[in-house]
Amino acid sequence: MKLRKIAEKLGFTVFAGAECLDREVSGGYAGDLLSDVMANSSAGDIWVTLQTHENTVAVATLRDLAGIVLVGGREPDGDTVRRAEAEGVPILVSPQRTFEVVGRLIEAGVPERGAG
Amino acid sequence: MTLTREFEIVGDDFTNAGWVSTEIKSILRNVGYPADVIRRLAIATYEAEMNVVMYARRGHLTLELDPHRVRVVLEDEGDGIPDIELALQEGYSTATDKMRARGFGAGMGLPNIRRSVDVFEMVSEVGRGTRLEFEVRARAGDSVHEHPEASEAES
Repeated sequence: MKLRKIAEKLGFTVFAGAECLDREVSGGYAGDLLSDVMANSSAGDIWVTLQTHENTVAVATLRDLAGIVLVGGREPDGDTVRRAEAEGVPILVSPQRTFEVVGRLIEAGVPERGAG
Repeated sequence: MTLTREFEIVGDDFTNAGWVSTEIKSILRNVGYPADVIRRLAIATYEAEMNVVMYARRGHLTLELDPHRVRVVLEDEGDGIPDIELALQEGYSTATDKMRARGFGAGMGLPNIRRSVDVFEMVSEVGRGTRLEFEVRARAGDSVHEHPEASEAES
């Protein structure tokens, strides 16, 4: 499923990486501890987090994540947007909280990876 | 043939944190290492780089590439680690509130590195700094092929 379709369906606002929305989303991961996301996310995941600072972009790049969704209407810092544009990492914002965002992503058809 | 690249990491520079690991990943990809080798090194180099940013004044990273393994040596100048066994325990952290607010300091960094690599060695001297060395080897079944751009990675 394409990131663009998910963003439209769930009403996410695009803050960075508008040209990269044709990326395929093959799963999802939610987490605010960067080491947890580094260790346990998978390539192609859409990453749901409340972290708005620029270090998230390196994590998304290093793990080949499809994009970042910020929850609770939190907007990315200016440095984060600049870095994300340079690296081609989409950053989307949802007004909803993590629990609701994850539920809607699954409902929209983003595959669950299961345990492990 | 071994290719060597050197990188400098600056302590407390959160703005550029992660750049060295991102650069290394791009080199590994250009050389044509298997996806699993790239993934494991991305995790290990990122955690090692963040440790320098958070806990040291500066660090010098040497990357050595040969067709079957990648070796990383990271020497930093900083406070050092008094008890390495304790630092390697999952969940142990000396992170400040500022680091924790940014999603660091979960005590997962060093365990993540050790789990991702095939060879792991760390020595530290309190008041001077820490030397971390690790190696990732291509596993049986991984396709290893040298990419023609390999020599360009040196420039």
